[in-house]
Amino acid sequence: MTVEQGVRWVVKPLLFVACLLPLARLVAGAFGLAGVSLGANPVETILHTCGKWTLNFLMITLCVTPLRELTGIPALLRVRRMLGLFAFTHAALHFTTYLWLDQSFDLRAIVEDIAKRPYITIGFTALLMLIPLAITSTNRMMRRLGRRWQKLHRLVYVIAILGVWHYYWQVKADVREPLWYAAGLTLLLGYRAWRQWRRRVVSPRTVPAQPSQSLPG
Amino acid sequence: MRMHRPNHIKPSEITPESVYLNRRQILAAGIAAGATLALPASAAGPTGAKLKATRNAKFSVPDSPNSYEDITTYNNFYEFGSEKGDPAANAHTLRTRPWSVTVGGEAEVTGKFTLEDILKPHALEERIYRLRCVERWSMVIPWVGFPLGDLIKRFKPTSKAKYVAFTTLLDPKTMPGQRSGALDWPYVEGLRMDEAMHPLTLMVVGLYGHVLPNQNGAPLRLVVPWKYGFKGIKSIVQIRFTERQPPTAWNLAAPNEYGFYSNVNPNVDHPRWSQARERRIGGSLFNELQPTLMFNGYGDQVASLYRGMDLAKNY
Repeated sequence: MTVEQGVRWVVKPLLFVACLLPLARLVAGAFGLAGVSLGANPVETILHTCGKWTLNFLMITLCVTPLRELTGIPALLRVRRMLGLFAFTHAALHFTTYLWLDQSFDLRAIVEDIAKRPYITIGFTALLMLIPLAITSTNRMMRRLGRRWQKLHRLVYVIAILGVWHYYWQVKADVREPLWYAAGLTLLLGYRAWRQWRRRVVSPRTVPAQPSQSLPG
Repeated sequence: MRMHRPNHIKPSEITPESVYLNRRQILAAGIAAGATLALPASAAGPTGAKLKATRNAKFSVPDSPNSYEDITTYNNFYEFGSEKGDPAANAHTLRTRPWSVTVGGEAEVTGKFTLEDILKPHALEERIYRLRCVERWSMVIPWVGFPLGDLIKRFKPTSKAKYVAFTTLLDPKTMPGQRSGALDWPYVEGLRMDEAMHPLTLMVVGLYGHVLPNQNGAPLRLVVPWKYGFKGIKSIVQIRFTERQPPTAWNLAAPNEYGFYSNVNPNVDHPRWSQARERRIGGSLFNELQPTLMFNGYGDQVASLYRGMDLAKNY
């Protein structure tokens, strides 16, 4: 089996199933299957699980490029789209849970929340920014947009910052967990800043250009 | 600290028969708890000693109470962690016997009292109260306790006593949450004297007819049903009568979000979320939020305490 086949028929299917596990737990809990319970406040459990996994998938997606560069395994790039789409799926479910299970589609309350509550405003902004990234994630769109695709997908950096900020801002007092996310994100974005800086400062001859270096990730 | 007891308590009464009997029941209940471990979690019921209490219908709401499981597994008790499940998982380390409460400040009777001294003269009542958390969820809970006002009278507060201040146990060894700086420890709370003397204000020692589980604030906690839940300070070790308004834990943490009064008020939003509606715990996934009532529905009894006050300012 070639590396190409291995990624396509083994790595990606396994990863896909693994990425479904947080949702599988929620579904099991909602129907009381396999002894899983969503606790006393199931709406909150679903809301928070989807929100946190949006952040987790964003962080994992942002790990792909540094990992690829540090390990020299180009095939890693092949799973990035799937991870990014899982981030989008969880963000969409997080928002749907808020609209439906939490607010019961009470439009007046929802509009007021988005307009008046800064943490909801930035969370909503991040979700809106994820939509064009999801839409343009196909191979066809990548080809069609060319260099503009890379520029557009750098939005993921802003989205991740807004996402962690959204989490930090809604916590009541114990901000340790959002701060861990902020630290991780600082590391991931810091790596990219450092890489950019090195490329500019060090002569291109000593740092051989990598074929996909201009892709954001 | 000066240690003396109110004169009317004779040394022979320090361990009253009921408490002595309670100890036996606690032992028996402990054995029973061991036996029920094999049952699924949904069958979980009270494991503490049974308390003798009479239902006070006049001070009970008609809403049906939440399950024992919901009330004891979904808690805010930051001394044991900031997630709702943390207190149930961690509070077993708390030692509630022996327990004593120090009473001080502007009162004639002050000193350190054992829990047995504190509880002895009070007949226990069961009251079904609504509980509204500042986080926008609510429950209905059958507490067992006695009016705080009856306890306060025993200490004979002086005319200078305008407020009552409470303090939770400070013990990072048994309270893991106190090893981090989420709040300034120990947790402190306070009430204005007329709020404290109000017949609805309850000192709670039990839940569902049994001794209060640790995660709910054992062995002695405050319940003020018309205020947000965090005013109901848990595991109390100190009561102090003061002339000035005492500091309160959440107000110290975020003064623009949590005021001294913290009366349930659907018209005054938390800066980060609306307080107009609440999620009643225990409903189905598709239950809608229900409207939050002014003073949590206790307005007829307590609104007069705040006549003439701007409740948007005094939140």
